[in-house]
Amino acid sequence: MTKAGTTLSDTRPSGTRTSGSTLTGTGNLIRLILRRDRFLMPLWVVIFPLVVAGYVTSFSDLLPTPVELQQYADASRANASFVALYGQLHGSSLGQLVNWRSGFIPVMVGLASLLTVIRHTRTEEEAGRRELLGATVVGRHAGLAAAMIATIGANVVMGVLLAALMISQQLPTAGSVAMGLEFAAAGAIFAAVGAVAAQLTESAGSARGIAIAVLGVSYLLRVVGDVSEISGGRLGWVSWLSPIGWVQRISPYQDEQWVWLLPAVLVTAGLGWLAVALSARRDIGSGLLPARLGPVEAAPSLSGPLALAWRLHRGLLAGWAAAFAALGVVLGGVANGVGDLVGTNQAMKDVFARIGGREVLVDAYLVSIMAILGLIAAAYGIQATLRLRTEETAGRAEPVLATAVGRLQWAGSHLVFAVLGPAVVLLISGVLAGLTYGASIGDIGGQVPRVIGAAAIQLPAVWLVAAIAVAFVGLLPRLAAMSWGALVLCLLIGLVGTAIQLNHWLLDLSPFTHIPHLPGGDVAALPVISLFGIAVVLGGAGFAGLRRRDIPTM
Amino acid sequence: MSDAISVAGLVKNFGPTKALDGLDLVVRTGEVHGFLGPNGAGKTTTIRILLGLMRADAGTAILLGGDPWTDATPLHRRLAYVPGDVTLWPSLSGGEVIDLLGRMRGGLNRQRRDDLLQRFDLDPRKKARAYSKGNRQKVALIAALASDVELLLLDEPTSGLDPLMEAEFREVIGEEVRRGDRTVLLSSHILSEVEALCDRVTIVRDGRSVETGSLADLRHLIRVSVHAELAGPANGLAELPGVHDLQAQGNRVSFDVDAGALDAALRQLTSVGVRTLTSQPPTLEELFLRHYDNTGPSDARHAGVAR
Repeated sequence: MTKAGTTLSDTRPSGTRTSGSTLTGTGNLIRLILRRDRFLMPLWVVIFPLVVAGYVTSFSDLLPTPVELQQYADASRANASFVALYGQLHGSSLGQLVNWRSGFIPVMVGLASLLTVIRHTRTEEEAGRRELLGATVVGRHAGLAAAMIATIGANVVMGVLLAALMISQQLPTAGSVAMGLEFAAAGAIFAAVGAVAAQLTESAGSARGIAIAVLGVSYLLRVVGDVSEISGGRLGWVSWLSPIGWVQRISPYQDEQWVWLLPAVLVTAGLGWLAVALSARRDIGSGLLPARLGPVEAAPSLSGPLALAWRLHRGLLAGWAAAFAALGVVLGGVANGVGDLVGTNQAMKDVFARIGGREVLVDAYLVSIMAILGLIAAAYGIQATLRLRTEETAGRAEPVLATAVGRLQWAGSHLVFAVLGPAVVLLISGVLAGLTYGASIGDIGGQVPRVIGAAAIQLPAVWLVAAIAVAFVGLLPRLAAMSWGALVLCLLIGLVGTAIQLNHWLLDLSPFTHIPHLPGGDVAALPVISLFGIAVVLGGAGFAGLRRRDIPTM
Repeated sequence: MSDAISVAGLVKNFGPTKALDGLDLVVRTGEVHGFLGPNGAGKTTTIRILLGLMRADAGTAILLGGDPWTDATPLHRRLAYVPGDVTLWPSLSGGEVIDLLGRMRGGLNRQRRDDLLQRFDLDPRKKARAYSKGNRQKVALIAALASDVELLLLDEPTSGLDPLMEAEFREVIGEEVRRGDRTVLLSSHILSEVEALCDRVTIVRDGRSVETGSLADLRHLIRVSVHAELAGPANGLAELPGVHDLQAQGNRVSFDVDAGALDAALRQLTSVGVRTLTSQPPTLEELFLRHYDNTGPSDARHAGVAR
């Protein structure tokens, strides 16, 4: 197995021998990737540029004059929560505002890219399909190269599409090209990060975890650096360590700093080379991080479906808890800066009141970050729920269900983690954000419960999204992956909704629209109870479906 | 003696595909029953219905006196199942999986577990992701065989095992049978295995049972091939009913003959004078091939029956 590549080139008819034998078959593999991703890839390649184009329309509708743009920009550039989310804003032209408002999208492009690369490398290997292909006329590095080329190619297409859309809306050409490059560069870097992560571990899940952690750290470094810079701190340089920071420093529509493309290209190439080097050093199917031996016997506690689910979910839970702890510390730590900046300026306060609709700016900031944490926690809820479906399709549900474990017991054991997992991680971030913010203003006792409340109030919406996933798994198992569509919809409504004045019914589609604005706002019982009720109904429908249907349904 | 499994007229459709088309299967308590058929014949679907994982569209299935769908949980305490394609939780060790499955079934015989680990030469400390297909199969087999249950449902249990382990498996099943308190449904397409282990056999094709009975019964249904060297040319053989594929070359003849017509054919031969005679009893292989020969019309399965 180890020698698949070499054996292959030895036994191949000499006529087909090429100098790049380790890359033989890359073209065919790229076609295979494009075929398999023919729906998924166009989706993100098209959606991200469209979202940005939406910002152009909404800004020019809402703020038609340069004066209004200037006002909005002045208010925004000093707002720590905006800077944390989107990055720093320097100018006030339409292009600059649109680029700044799109500041979180490169992170999502990076996420889509690393997931795509891992999906076509480590996931394939773990499923044993790589071996099948490895036995045909396919070079040793062809799979890795094909995944990288296809993903970076998709990013280039997305960049071109974005630049074209921007130019078509009369934005400056140079800036539009720079913005296209910014997005594509973010995607390329994290495609390479994904490629390296895919070499390290045996399981695709762990590889995803490593790559997403790198993305999360990059984002946090940028947040810390930028927020520190605008509030006069000394940690501004931290943002220079972050790939997200680099691509934002290309500064489209300002005086474009093309030189920042260089680190992006170099790091992509360097990581790509590293991935190839790592892949050359290991066997197909294995990782670089060694697999340890396990116990001879199961611990007495490992005796039922819940104990099994705990074993399967604990790594995921720990990862999410760590991420939410870090987010809580950082986001709570910068909260005080928001109040300092705004406390003196009445005009700014007015503008914020108009945009955010809240009087107290720190509270408004906390409301907005908790809404984002809620969305992220919903992703965890979906992920934990879909473990059920993974267990089923992988053939691991069958041996359990053939024992004295009932279907609902089996499903419940996993759903415990889909329900309690997001609650635990949200509470962790709430406690830590409350502590860091409370400590910075000397009011720990007062702030901790307020911020915990703000975190906890997201749960009905989080559970509703998870319940959609349960309903899919129970009733339409083949379409279970569509649950992510529900989250993407919420995310788009959240991202775009406040900028474009969307129709109310469209905004209302997202459960997060109905979450009371805590801290500071009133808690209306009706929306919370309704969300909870809908979640229970959807979850119940999913359970009913699970009781009735064939397992496995392929 | 009551039946451990009794299935009649089972129908199961997956969309437009008919997986089961009126399948019948009776497994008597205490026997090892071979469940033979090519890939896609419906063996796994039948077992999944027996496990209450899938619901039949029509027909009846009774398992250990209960309804496999409604009484699934209590019934599962009394049986153990080895899937045809064993996948395990990558992060658990083999030993953990064996214990976990055993406990969820309601208990495991410790001594048997350790004994089987040794006999199947499995390192229980390895994480499941590091196991080969054969080793994953062993994990599931040990988990099933170490449980004190009445019924074993084994879906192609030796696929992926090396010949040595296959022999060990036969040995172990043989011991189970001699102890006499277990019933085994063994789905397979390894004929020698079924021939060595099973008391009775059901052959399925295209979701229907085409033959069922003891091996001895089934042998009667099919032709014997005869090769002979005679004192003179064999006349009149071709006209005999039940003689097929006659080939004569000088004084040598070879032909197949239905079991019921063997007597007459031999008399014809001796009337000429026999110098040498070899006759081959039908192997399960031939029985199998006859039923699975997809080139012929599907009614060809009756061709072996004496007319």
